[in-house]
Amino acid sequence: MIVAEQKPFKEIVECLRGKYDLLIVPCMSCTAVCFAGGSQQGEELASALRIHCKMHGDGLNCTVRSLNRQCDPEFIEELAEEAAKADSILSLACGVGVQFLAERYPDKAVIPALNTRFAGGKTAPGIWEERCSLCGNCVLHVTGGICPITRCAKGLLNGPCGGSEQGVCEIDPDVPCAWQMIIDRMSTLGRLDELLAIQRPKDWSTGNAGGLRRLVREDLRG
Amino acid sequence: MTKKYPLRIVAFTCFNCAYAAADLAGSMRLSYHPAVSIVGIPCTGAVEPAVILNAFEQGVDGVFVAGCLDGECHYKTGNLHARERVRQLRGDLERIGLEPERLEMYQLSAAMGSRFAELVNEFVERIYGLGPSPVRPGLDCGERKK
Repeated sequence: MIVAEQKPFKEIVECLRGKYDLLIVPCMSCTAVCFAGGSQQGEELASALRIHCKMHGDGLNCTVRSLNRQCDPEFIEELAEEAAKADSILSLACGVGVQFLAERYPDKAVIPALNTRFAGGKTAPGIWEERCSLCGNCVLHVTGGICPITRCAKGLLNGPCGGSEQGVCEIDPDVPCAWQMIIDRMSTLGRLDELLAIQRPKDWSTGNAGGLRRLVREDLRG
Repeated sequence: MTKKYPLRIVAFTCFNCAYAAADLAGSMRLSYHPAVSIVGIPCTGAVEPAVILNAFEQGVDGVFVAGCLDGECHYKTGNLHARERVRQLRGDLERIGLEPERLEMYQLSAAMGSRFAELVNEFVERIYGLGPSPVRPGLDCGERKK
């Protein structure tokens, strides 16, 4: 999922300066799962903004309307009625949702309430870790299900490097060496010999260095 | 205790400890400040931050959450979660502009009736010291000021 965290309250308040009718839009997908942008967080943010406005005498109407997803035009359409009454929209979705809202409602100020951090998952209650760099050319079948692009600080395809010491990366004692993990996993699988093959330079044309990426499925096009 | 102005305080109390302690304080005929509205809940771990913020939004002067002692939560760790949430919410209140001292977490057992009465009176005194909530009704948040 996409992992996000809420922006500092002060920053959100600054973004809302001069706004009067605010529509707060939580997203019930990824950002709800990581407790950053779900309906509960939306209600909390609305309460916090109302308290702040009452204390500072600012007039701000806050309405909360959750959407199941904000990265899908069909769901965003549900917002049309409420959006018409608002002069600004505060989205609790990832950057994708914010942009989709801005595209659908171009006459509204669409403000992100979250900082989108990475594609990852929960490793323990309250802890999320990155697992995918969205490089578009997966090598997990070669590396025993552990991504060296994301989890190795250098993104090495042939590791480990000299900075690996007792299974820990030199960048941080709390970061395990991805290549040590790969070797351990491949040993367990009895496939260690496969790592003797040198991995050729990766095809990065599917990465994000070439501008906007687009995926077209002809079988699904209308 | 002199009544300086009418206070509104909400106490979210766990049925298994603080709520029973409040009940015991009543049975013991201990008097404590009447400004406290007690809300009984199955576990303090069930108190969502939005509920506490909503109370402040409605203009209450103080909120406290009272749960079980460490290691005595009937749901194992609900009181610890509540304590951490209250700690975070106090930071949030500060960022919003409200005094964090308006929110507190207490831990006590069902047998601590007199302690409950003491805590209430201590908290009331603290809130009197802070003054009425600046969010008191009268300032209409919904009023447009274009």
